[in-house]
Amino acid sequence: MKQSGAVGRLATLRLLAQRFAFVSLVVAAVALMILGKADIVLIERTRTAVADAIAPMLDAMSRPAATIAEISESIRELANLRAENARLKQENLRLQHWQTVARRLDAENSVLHDHLNVVPDPDPAFITARVIGDLGSAFGHSMLLNAGSHDGVRKGQAVLSGEALIGYIAEVGDRSSRLLLLTDINAKIPVLVENSRTRAILSGDNKARPKLNYVAGNPSISVGDRVITAASGAAFPPGLPIGVIASTAEGAIRVEPFVRRHELEFVAVVDFGLGGILPFEKPAMPERRRRASDSGAGN
Amino acid sequence: MKPSVWVRMDTWVRHLVPVGVTLVLLLLTAIPTRIPGLSGIIPMLPLMGVYYWAIYRPDLLPAWSAFLIGLLYDIIGGTPLGVNALVLLSVQGIAAGQRRFFLGKSFMVAWWAFGLLAAAAAGATWLLVTILYGQALDASPVIFDYLLTMGLFPLLTWTLARTQMAFLKEV
Repeated sequence: MKQSGAVGRLATLRLLAQRFAFVSLVVAAVALMILGKADIVLIERTRTAVADAIAPMLDAMSRPAATIAEISESIRELANLRAENARLKQENLRLQHWQTVARRLDAENSVLHDHLNVVPDPDPAFITARVIGDLGSAFGHSMLLNAGSHDGVRKGQAVLSGEALIGYIAEVGDRSSRLLLLTDINAKIPVLVENSRTRAILSGDNKARPKLNYVAGNPSISVGDRVITAASGAAFPPGLPIGVIASTAEGAIRVEPFVRRHELEFVAVVDFGLGGILPFEKPAMPERRRRASDSGAGN
Repeated sequence: MKPSVWVRMDTWVRHLVPVGVTLVLLLLTAIPTRIPGLSGIIPMLPLMGVYYWAIYRPDLLPAWSAFLIGLLYDIIGGTPLGVNALVLLSVQGIAAGQRRFFLGKSFMVAWWAFGLLAAAAAGATWLLVTILYGQALDASPVIFDYLLTMGLFPLLTWTLARTQMAFLKEV
């Protein structure tokens, strides 16, 4: 009798301990959310360290998936080979015309550059990285790349696929980094509508077509206009193509980006020697405050 | 008599299977599929793993491992840290708390209950992310995620049940 009482007490204690552990985990999760909201450096470092650790695994797993995707892609291509061929022939005719125009303009441009002593834009250096993780979630549009600070990737660098801008680097670990696509809810990019030279901010909202906000002046933007990066903010070099205006209905101007998300396998992380967009970087703390906070952390 | 070292090690490895399988499910969701139209929509596979093991072997996937799997989910997926941790933790807590209700019940009951729980989990994730970002997100991909998850549930439950039979029948 006495023994069963002891066993009962032990069971109650264990249940209490379990409840306590559960509640403290809930509190920990909520605390993490609040800390993450405050952009604490430690949280970001932990994120990148963990991402680094699982990057090799994701890398290995993404390779067979890429092969399967390639096979299915080639089957699809075989199916509409004829239509594709006709389309390409037509496009080729059009492009040959453009090539002539471009050659002429290029020659003219270089003569004018010489005349005006224009300072040339710096030549970009780039790193080709592989997309190893795409959680494609409804809550954010980002991807993990298999290149990190060891390979020269820095926060804020532009990421291109072909010629088009697809996003920028938001977090960098040693061997992996996170690419924030321009459709993500946190992505904000200064842009220019090519025809009217109207400045605006392209802000993603997790939909396939990001919005144009803060449109400067009195614009005459029409569907089909090309959108390119602007030089303002010294984030990206001007003139990188982003997409075309898709709709201008009811104040919300939406842009159809050139990037096709499901086709991204290799991307180019480009260093233009500019600052880039630094989403989480904060200004350095003044000397005195830093010392005070250091001693505070020591205690 | 105490079991030999090998037997104990064997048991220990077998006991890691639920957490391991759920982690593999998590990594599977992160693989770039490159299927047109499907990028942006992914089934909530880790949620299914946590739900299944919380009902059938809650001792092998306790609350803290659900929490850690959720944290990893947040890190890979880029959601604000703590969101999936809280959601998976709650799913584990609810499913493990109500497991007596499920044991011996038909598969349809498990499916129906999962439908309710997954809807609550998807809604909670959406709400938390919306609060943390300070602006309402588009809900339609969440609904597609949910429908895809519900459609995959029988297949995944079958796989998990086979795994359980293969590795954890006696231990």
